[in-house]
Amino acid sequence: MKTVVGLRCRECGRTFPEEALHVCEFCFGPLEVDYDYDAIASTISRDAIEQGPRSIWRYAPLLPVDGRDPVSLGAGFTPLVRAERLGAELGLKDLWIKDDTANPTGSFKDRVVSVALTKARQLGFKVAACASTGNLANSVAAHAARAGMASVVLIPSNLEKAKITMTAVFGGQVIAVDGTYDDVNRLCAELTSERAEWAFVNVNVRAYYAEGSKTLAFEIAEQLGWHAPDHVVVPVASGSQLTKVAKGFKELAAVGLIDPHEVRISGAQAEGCAPVATAFARGIDAIEPVKPNTIAKSLAIGNPADGHYALDAINGSGGSCGAVSDAEIVEGIQLLARCEGIFAETAGGVTIATLAQLAQRGVIDPSERTVAIVSGHGLKTVESLAETVTQTQTISPSLEAFLDAFGPDDPSLP
Amino acid sequence: MSVVIRIPTQLRQLTGGEGEVSVEAATVGNALKALEGSYPGLGERLFDESSSLRRFVNVFLSDEDIRFLDGLATPVADGAVISIVPAVAGG
Repeated sequence: MKTVVGLRCRECGRTFPEEALHVCEFCFGPLEVDYDYDAIASTISRDAIEQGPRSIWRYAPLLPVDGRDPVSLGAGFTPLVRAERLGAELGLKDLWIKDDTANPTGSFKDRVVSVALTKARQLGFKVAACASTGNLANSVAAHAARAGMASVVLIPSNLEKAKITMTAVFGGQVIAVDGTYDDVNRLCAELTSERAEWAFVNVNVRAYYAEGSKTLAFEIAEQLGWHAPDHVVVPVASGSQLTKVAKGFKELAAVGLIDPHEVRISGAQAEGCAPVATAFARGIDAIEPVKPNTIAKSLAIGNPADGHYALDAINGSGGSCGAVSDAEIVEGIQLLARCEGIFAETAGGVTIATLAQLAQRGVIDPSERTVAIVSGHGLKTVESLAETVTQTQTISPSLEAFLDAFGPDDPSLP
Repeated sequence: MSVVIRIPTQLRQLTGGEGEVSVEAATVGNALKALEGSYPGLGERLFDESSSLRRFVNVFLSDEDIRFLDGLATPVADGAVISIVPAVAGG
């Protein structure tokens, strides 16, 4: 059944065909996928979804592609875990973690890339490309390998080592650019005009790609027994994930899968790159670009494409947007690991530290059902903890050495 | 000053398919406004009714976002390269 009507400019409303277009030719506004929600509502059901694959593809009717033969490594349907110990630490009685570290390449990017490359293949592209802060690079290279497509990934040259290795291993082109992510992004935006035969997942097929993030909202609601939560805390880089999570909850209500429910959406940024949090704090709607300087490299986008829309989603839902220091990010990573056994990358540290900040400021009510999205795995950014956590002791392999190091009543042992 | 302006795909139907054009101007703003003379219709794509750059148009002078310089008032040297880039990308 055909559920996609075409593309529509979010700013001026002009319509475009369902092709590799991301920008309105008239006003440069972003193009968004236009769906026939009545057609979707008439066929979609909780039962059909629950019998679907344990991946984002269980929600295929709400994605902008033919989902019968997806480019998939199994992204999505990640755990939603009740975080009782972390909740107790933060004074939140109904806290949940959406653990997107469990995706195939360790971040939520597998959701958007699976959608983007499925669409790219259906549009006839043979090359997958992207501008990336690392997680996207990992995911594009892996999914391209899976699909038998070539890949060209452009990254800032100062990325964490693991993210470079986790991209290069898949055998595509990995081009390190001497500059910030914003420089890489601008280069890719220009390259799209010169390499029209490449599917830049977050440029010319971005309209489809971004829709993949809605599956976070779909899963959260399904995993809560087909109820939307009261409050969601989402990390903000380009602002796309936050915007699409907000959209996802609205779509579920629009097609009758959940009862309408106001979900407060709050954003999380690092102080060293906080253009959205700054605009929120000042109460203005203009996002001023910044030059990022933070250990949360996966969120280091100083010129966020969807900053305006993320801010709108935050303000329109009664949410908030916090910013946290690098030290707080490291503490956030440790707090989540210690309380819940989940090892997050720096972006997850940003989310948890912001969650703590919003809880402390009373922005999050203790009884609100709150979900924090932890979007990437800690193994990607181990450098951030190198000076913070290490082995407790190094000893010789003998009982004597152990007893020398730890007496019978040593308080440091359990 | 003669400056080169890089034109994105979305505007090339107005430049006869050209990806780079040259204009005479002393500032970034003058250079962009000068485009309208040679390529009628380009002006309204870049500027809104109040002559401000549209929200989703980014402009770079020698690879630096003009919002980190003096915006449209940024002076240009002879031979400078200005890029018009759609803002919606990345992330």
